[in-house]
Amino acid sequence: MENRIILDSLYKSFGELQAVNNVSMTVEVGEILGFIGPNGSGKSTTMKMATGYLKADSGTSTICGVNMEINPKEAKKLIGYLPEGAPAYGEMTTIGFLNFIADIRGYYGKKRAIQIDKAVERARIKHVLHQQIDTLSKGYKRRVGLSQAIMHEPKILILDEPTDGLDPNQKHHVRELITEISKTTAIIVSTHILEEVDAVCSSVLLINKGNVVLNGSSSELRSKVESNNSIMIKIDPKHSEDLKRLLLTIPSISKIDVLNETESNVNINVYPKENRVILTDVAKIIADHKFPVKDIYQNHIALDEAFRKLTV
Amino acid sequence: MLGNIYIILKRETKGYFSTPLAYIFISIFCGLTAAFTFYLGAFLERGQADLFPFFESHPWLLVLLVPSISMRLWAEERKTGSIELLMTLPITTFEAVIGKYLAAWVMIAIALALTFPMWITVNILGNPDNGVVMSSYLGSWLLAGQFLAIGSALSAMTKNQVIAFVISTAACFLFVMSGVEAVTAAIEGLVPNYVISIFSSMSSLDHFYEFVKGVIDLRSLLFYLTSIIFWLLLNIIIINIKKAA
Repeated sequence: MENRIILDSLYKSFGELQAVNNVSMTVEVGEILGFIGPNGSGKSTTMKMATGYLKADSGTSTICGVNMEINPKEAKKLIGYLPEGAPAYGEMTTIGFLNFIADIRGYYGKKRAIQIDKAVERARIKHVLHQQIDTLSKGYKRRVGLSQAIMHEPKILILDEPTDGLDPNQKHHVRELITEISKTTAIIVSTHILEEVDAVCSSVLLINKGNVVLNGSSSELRSKVESNNSIMIKIDPKHSEDLKRLLLTIPSISKIDVLNETESNVNINVYPKENRVILTDVAKIIADHKFPVKDIYQNHIALDEAFRKLTV
Repeated sequence: MLGNIYIILKRETKGYFSTPLAYIFISIFCGLTAAFTFYLGAFLERGQADLFPFFESHPWLLVLLVPSISMRLWAEERKTGSIELLMTLPITTFEAVIGKYLAAWVMIAIALALTFPMWITVNILGNPDNGVVMSSYLGSWLLAGQFLAIGSALSAMTKNQVIAFVISTAACFLFVMSGVEAVTAAIEGLVPNYVISIFSSMSSLDHFYEFVKGVIDLRSLLFYLTSIIFWLLLNIIIINIKKAA
């Protein structure tokens, strides 16, 4: 059996709004795909189609070789899903809810107790087992939802904003859990917390207004922004022309901007070609010609900025 | 398939009894039927050993009380988002609809069963025909089942429970009223006669009175069963359409 989820050319519109416009992805066991995009960009809609809650206008979701539309019951058996907001039956106790899930997942007898115990342990919800779900904090509710999703140790796990509303400790724990599970699972995790992408994800899919903007690694995402790895030099204006002339001899430089010119200071921004690291070359020129540089630093662009530049 | 229906039925039933919902419904139902029987139905003054005054009130109480149960069946799932969890578990829409429906119907059966003091009372006071009492109970349960199926289907259309309640009550009321003579008389002459006869044959009230008379007529039985199946099929279709919308 193939251990992967394949979403192929998913389209979905709600009336006039094209919510998801040709989104495809493949995630293999061992991979964690960070699914990012602004609110309302179509992340949740895509996940709802992947899990069979919504029917796509066209395109398919294939779970370990099982087509979601043709054989939904089989496909759903292979998936663990945490919907946005971790909905559950609020009037039930945590253990009552997990018992229900275990029943639906077809566990009975000893195996049932083992699977429930394992899920409880992993999500760390042991001391709220007999509490009514409605009375739990947001963080615990999220973890109950998570334990529900991982109980049957699915090959494919889809998590819609699993860390939303958690405190930093809880976030850390959920990320650890995700990383641990990923060895045997293909995981799609949506988030708009970008540090999470760097922390856990092996690849990134960025969508905006239903369109895929980028599908790659987080460093590829950064490299989409021109100012990544650019060098900022602060220097006296009387030296700026000389410096500029010499810097332009470096082959991997694409352009130079001069900013914020005052009587005593000028900022020179040096942009590399294709995000190359040019710091050594620049430093060499400055050192060889003994330019009286007042400040110098390399812009290492944050994912947040890349995200903003690509989606605004 | 039966397994999943049973699991859902069990979960729903636990849900009813872990909140005040079931207790309030059952108390109000028993209290109101008793009040109707003694005050409006003049049970004691009639001097007859039957439960007609008791069952006479049922259609009117069920028109209001059943939608108060059915309104939450799907609207609440939509509102809280738990429908997304339910429908991404490995179960079919059919299993979910039937499981939830049966749980509510079982609860109404419990409410009906708990009116047994009425039955004991009438047996102490006289010698009623207990066969008639049983067929009346069956009629009442089938009538409630029909209202529940209507309410369940309409509840699937909205996430607002109040809207679900109001339209379900209106729809159930229409099915009761279509048998009332004043209503059929009012439209007489406006529409062809066969329309009137179809209209009044759809009356839940007329079929209910067959059971109250002690007659378990196959046509009345079929009327309720086909009606329940029709509305539950509609319920499944509505949920599947919403999935594609």
